[in-house]
Amino acid sequence: MRSNPAEYEFVSPSNLAGALDLLHREPGAWQPVAGGTEIMVQYSAGRLGARRLLNLWNLRELKEIVESNDSLRIGGGCTFTQLRERSAVQNHFPLLVTAAAWTGGIANQNRATIAGNIVNASPAADSPPVLLAYEAELELISATGTRRIPYSDFHLSYKKTVLQPNELLLAIHLPKRFAGWFSYAQKTGARNAQAISKVCIAGVGKLRGNRVKALNIGIGAVAPTPLRLRKTEQILLGSPLTQKTMSEAVQALESEISPIEDIRSSVAYRRQVAANLLEDLLSSFSASEQAG
Amino acid sequence: MSRDSFSLRINGEYRKLEAYPMERLLDVLRERFGLTGTKEGCGEGECGACSVLINGELVNSCLVPIAQANGTEIVTIEGVADGEELHPAQKAFLQCGGAQCGMCTPGMIVATVHLLEKHPKPTIEQIREGLNGNLCRCTGYMRIFEAVEKAASLGTSR
Repeated sequence: MRSNPAEYEFVSPSNLAGALDLLHREPGAWQPVAGGTEIMVQYSAGRLGARRLLNLWNLRELKEIVESNDSLRIGGGCTFTQLRERSAVQNHFPLLVTAAAWTGGIANQNRATIAGNIVNASPAADSPPVLLAYEAELELISATGTRRIPYSDFHLSYKKTVLQPNELLLAIHLPKRFAGWFSYAQKTGARNAQAISKVCIAGVGKLRGNRVKALNIGIGAVAPTPLRLRKTEQILLGSPLTQKTMSEAVQALESEISPIEDIRSSVAYRRQVAANLLEDLLSSFSASEQAG
Repeated sequence: MSRDSFSLRINGEYRKLEAYPMERLLDVLRERFGLTGTKEGCGEGECGACSVLINGELVNSCLVPIAQANGTEIVTIEGVADGEELHPAQKAFLQCGGAQCGMCTPGMIVATVHLLEKHPKPTIEQIREGLNGNLCRCTGYMRIFEAVEKAASLGTSR
């Protein structure tokens, strides 16, 4: 059943302060909408519960990408197309370009925003594993001020986050310290183009000799939230990449993930593919030393 | 809720309308302005049948509330040709038989126009990616890809 537009309020504040003021005065009453690639799908299908919607699409304050000496600040309202096209993102955070290119078709990438991808909190979203690997920080803003938190602390449980009803995700901060690191991202979906992930993984790392000096791995669609594989990383840190350590890492992965069965995949499939993707990541990581 | 006033430019003409802000651009184009070349396929941003350009950017018009299109410039399939002179993408789809039932064709052509603006001489990979949000259930895509290559060779200048 299609929704009746007469039943919806949709306000367009002229600036960010106006949007924050509305959220402050009536916290929880307003559903923010940016590019609409999630909310409008629910709306078109008659499944959108919220009746009072807040338009963020035109807010300039959310659309900037600013590069400084040691970090990149990406406004929450930046689209995946912007991420793909900006040289600062291409140069320092190539996996984010990869994940942006995975996300929907071109028309979706022209509308979908990075903040929307994060706050929608789907465990299967494509950018979160990359943001976890790059140790992103989130800048949250309300009418009373801003706060910064590690992205790895953002998700609490399925679709639950620390974002308060009066807050918006203002910007994503990425530290520019991964130059020269090994990096890897892969996803499996029903189709190569614009399919929601069955499993997606991203990792960055550094080897010294053949030993793992640093390794950050994020994974999606195998737990109630996007997941940083800290136990798996811990197994490998300081160790050489051998058959033995890699199979211990796969065992650790299997203890960390908790996939569910849904319309896209079964538990057994997700477990197998997550293990395969980790093995592929680690083999590439190992080969990167020999190549370099 | 009450209707608001919106103004936008559609295929070069200034248009004003009163609408609920959550009316979909797709419905406004089809039902208010009779621009029925833009099709509704899935209604959830997967199939690209409702592709239009907003300020030159390819979008699925089923996912755009009219309030977000206020003050913008829209190009639909009806605005792709220059009067009687078809756009190279349209000529190429005709010449190559890049259509069967026709349901996806307006969206395919609008996506092609957008692709050729960004990549006047696209590689096959760029063609496949540029059209990957536009689903066709008849052709198997090969003639569509040929049409896009042909359109590129015809040039985008009108």
